[in-house]
Amino acid sequence: MSHDSHNHSHGHDHSHGGHELPFWRKYIFSTDHKVIGLQYGITAVFFLLFGFSLMLLMRWQLAFPKQAIPLIGKLFTEDGVLSPELYNQFGAMHGTIMVFLGVVPLAVGAFGNYLVPLQVGAHDMAFPKLNMMSYWVYFVGGIVMLLSFMTPTGAAASGWTSYPPLSVVNGPGEGFWGGLFTGQSMWLLGMVFLITSSLLGSVNTIVTAIQLRVKGLSFMRWPVLVWAQVTTAFLLLLAFPPLEAAGIMQLMDRVGGTSFFMPSGLVVSGEAWKASGGGNPILWQHLFWFLAHPEVYVLILPAVGIVGEIIAVNTKKPLYGYKTLVYSMLFLGFMSFIVWAHHMFMTGMGVTMSTFFQATTMIISVPSVIILTTYLLTLWGASIRYTVPMLFATAFLPMFAIGGLTGLPLGLTASDIHLHDTYYVIGHFHYVVAPGTLFALMAGVYHWYPKISGRFMSDTLGKIHFWLSVIAINGVFMPMFFMGMAGVSRRLYDQTVYAHGLAAQPLNVIMSVSAWILAIAQLPFLYNMATSWKWGKKAESNNPWGATTLEWAASSPPPHENFTTPVEVYRAPYEYSSNKKLLPQFVQEA
Amino acid sequence: MSALIPYIDEPHPVTGVTNAKLGMWLFLASEVMLFGALFSTLIIMRTSATDWPAHGSDVLNVPLATLNTVFLITSSVTIVLSWAALKMKDLKKFKFNMGLTILLSFGFLVIKYIEYTSKFHHGHFPSTSTFYAVYFTLTGLHGLHVIGGIITNLYLIGPGSKMWEKEPERFTGRIECAGLYWHFVDLVWIFLFPALYLL
Ligand code: HEM
Ligand SMILES: [Cu+2]
Repeated sequence: MSHDSHNHSHGHDHSHGGHELPFWRKYIFSTDHKVIGLQYGITAVFFLLFGFSLMLLMRWQLAFPKQAIPLIGKLFTEDGVLSPELYNQFGAMHGTIMVFLGVVPLAVGAFGNYLVPLQVGAHDMAFPKLNMMSYWVYFVGGIVMLLSFMTPTGAAASGWTSYPPLSVVNGPGEGFWGGLFTGQSMWLLGMVFLITSSLLGSVNTIVTAIQLRVKGLSFMRWPVLVWAQVTTAFLLLLAFPPLEAAGIMQLMDRVGGTSFFMPSGLVVSGEAWKASGGGNPILWQHLFWFLAHPEVYVLILPAVGIVGEIIAVNTKKPLYGYKTLVYSMLFLGFMSFIVWAHHMFMTGMGVTMSTFFQATTMIISVPSVIILTTYLLTLWGASIRYTVPMLFATAFLPMFAIGGLTGLPLGLTASDIHLHDTYYVIGHFHYVVAPGTLFALMAGVYHWYPKISGRFMSDTLGKIHFWLSVIAINGVFMPMFFMGMAGVSRRLYDQTVYAHGLAAQPLNVIMSVSAWILAIAQLPFLYNMATSWKWGKKAESNNPWGATTLEWAASSPPPHENFTTPVEVYRAPYEYSSNKKLLPQFVQEA
Repeated sequence: MSALIPYIDEPHPVTGVTNAKLGMWLFLASEVMLFGALFSTLIIMRTSATDWPAHGSDVLNVPLATLNTVFLITSSVTIVLSWAALKMKDLKKFKFNMGLTILLSFGFLVIKYIEYTSKFHHGHFPSTSTFYAVYFTLTGLHGLHVIGGIITNLYLIGPGSKMWEKEPERFTGRIECAGLYWHFVDLVWIFLFPALYLL
C-alpha cells in the first residue's frame, strides 16, 4: 500500500492538502490510482481463486462421474455427489467470474490503474473520483453475482454465454420480484454493473494516457503497456454497450414477459411458452459476440503489453519493431469488431456471411503473429536474464502461440463444423487466457512487486511456482484438444454415457489431477505475495531491474502523487544510448 | 481535486480539448454503440415480425410525440444559450436558460407519462407484442437518459453553480459538457421519433 507521507515540497490547492487522511479515505474510499489499483487487484485475485475452486469441484465430477466428492462433497449435496444442477451453475459462473470478475479487473483495473498514470508521468488519473466509483461499481457487480448463488433456484446455469431461449426459461421465478431474484436475472443485473464500471474505467484510462502525458512523451514514445491499455480501453468502451442493451432486453424477457429473444411457438416442458413470441434468439448471439470477441482481445492485449515490458527489461535490448508492434495492436483492436460471427457459423448463416467472417478471422490472425514475432526477434541473440517474471513472460510466448494457432481451424467453416462446441474450443481459448494471459499477469506481479512494495518476492518460491504451474497447466489443457477432436462436446455433466466419451475418459483423469496440482502450485505464489510485503528482500534502488519506463523514476512505493520531483521524457521507451546501453526514458544523456 | 492534474480548465495543446470534454466525447461514443444496438434490434425485430403495425401512427400518438420533439429541440437551444451566457459572464442569464432547459425536459417526461399510462389503460404492455417491447424499451431507456440529464442540470444550476465564483472556466466547461450530453439525448429522440411513430 502506498505509505504516502504527504510532505509535498510544492504548495497546491489539494482539497485535503497537507494533513493525513483518515484510514477510510486513504485505503477504502481512496481516489489515489495506486490504492484503487491494489483494491482491484486484491478483489480480482479473490474472484480468480473463487472461480478456480468452482472448476476444481467440477473436475472431480468429470474425472470420477457420480462419485461423492471426498471430504467436502456433503457441503453441497446430501450424498456428496455434485448434482447436474450444481454442475451447470458452477460451469456458468466459472466462466463469468474468471472473465468478467477476475482476469479483466486484474489486467485492466489493477495493472492499468496502477501503471498507466505512472508510465505517462501523471500524478493521478484524469478523473480520480470517477476512478473510485468504477471500482465500487465493479465491487457491487461482484456482490450481486455472488448473491445469485443464494436465490431459490441457485446461480445462473446457462453458460457464460447465456444463450436464450434456455437462459430465459431457466429457473424463471414467480412474478416480477420473484423473477428478479433468480440466478440468471441477477447475472444480468450484475453484468450491467460490471459494464458500467468498465465504461467509467476506460474513459478514464484513455483521457489519462492522452491528456496527462509529461513533457517529451509523444505518442510514439508510449511504453507498449500504455498502448495495450489504451487499445483495450477502446474495445471496452465500444464493445460492451451492445451487451448492456442485450442484457437489458434479456432481463425484460425474464421479468417483463417480453419476447425479444423468444421465438413464436416455443414449447417448454410440454407447455406453450406464455409470451407473445415473435422474437429472435440469434439476435442475442450477435449482440453477445459483438462484445465477446473484442472481449477476448481485452483479455490478451494487456498481457501482450506486460510481456513486452518484461522482455525489453530482461533482454537489455530495444524491443524489435516497436512501431510494427504498435500498429499491429491497433489493427488487431480494429479488426476485432468485425469477426464476431465466427462464433456462430453453426447458426445457419448464409455462405456470403460466413465467407466474410472467415476472411476477417484469417486476417486478424496476422497481427497476432506479428506481435509474437517481434517478441521472438527481441529474444534473438540477447543475453537474457532469467528472472522469475522473465520465466513467465517467455512461457507466455509458446502458450499464446498454441492458443492462437488452434484458433485458425475454428475460423474456417470446413473444420469448425467438426470442432464447434467440443472440448477443442475449450482448449483453444484456455491456452490463450490461462497459460497465456494469466501467466503474463503473474509475470507482472513478480515484476512490479518491488515498485509497489519496495521489496522483491522470493526467487526460490517463484521458480517453484513457475515450473509446477507450467507443467500442470499443460496437463490440464493439452488433452482437451485430443478430446475435442475425438468428438466430445463441451458442457457435458458425464461424458461416459456416450461410447466415444467413455473411450476418452482417461484424459479427463489426467486433466483433473493436473488441475489439482496446478491449484497446489499456486500456494507458494500466494504465500510469497503475502509474506514478501513485510519480509521480502529490500529493493536497493527505485529501478532495481534497470528498466526504462517512467514508473521506475518514482520511489518505491510511489508517494501519494507519484513524482516528488518533476520528470521529463527524452527518448523512445526502449532505446540504446550512444554507448549501446539501454537508457531509461527519463534520463538525459550526459 | 488536485491542481496537479493539468488540462482541467484549459485545452490540451495537442488534442485541443480539456480532460472533461474528451471524456464526454468518449462517453458519447459508447452511448452511440448502446443505442446503435437498440436500433439494430428494432430493425431485426421489425423485419422478422409476424405482426407489426403498418405505421407507428396507427397505434402511437403522433401529435403528442411531435410536441415532445419540439420540447427537446427547444431545450437543446436553451442549453446552448445558457452556455453562451456564461461565456459572456452572465450568471443570471445562465440560470434563466438552464431553468428553461430543465422545465422543457420535465415537460417531455410529463407527456411521456401521459403516453405510457394511456397505453397501459388500453392493455398495451411490453409483453403484448415485440412492437410494444421495442417501443417501451427504447423510449424507456431514452427516458432514463432524460432523467439523468435533468438530475445533472439541476445540480449544475443549484449547488454546482458555486464553482462559478472560483473556477469560472471550469464551470463553463462543465456546462459545455452537459450541453454535449443533452444534444445527444435530443439526437436519439430525433431518430426514435420517425423510427417508432412515423415509419
Ligand atoms: C489468433 C487468432 C484467433 C482465432 C483465429 C480465433 C478463432 C476462434 C473461433 C473461430 C472460435 C469459435 C469456435 C467455435 O465455437 O466453434 C473461438 C472461440 C473462442 N476464442 Fe478464439 N481465436 C483467436 C484468438 C483468441 C484469443 C486471443 C482469445 C483470448 C482469450 C480467444 C478466446 C476465445 C474464446 C473465449 C472462445 C470460446 C467462446 C465460447 O465459449 O464459445 N481466442 N476462437
Ligand atoms: Cu472470436
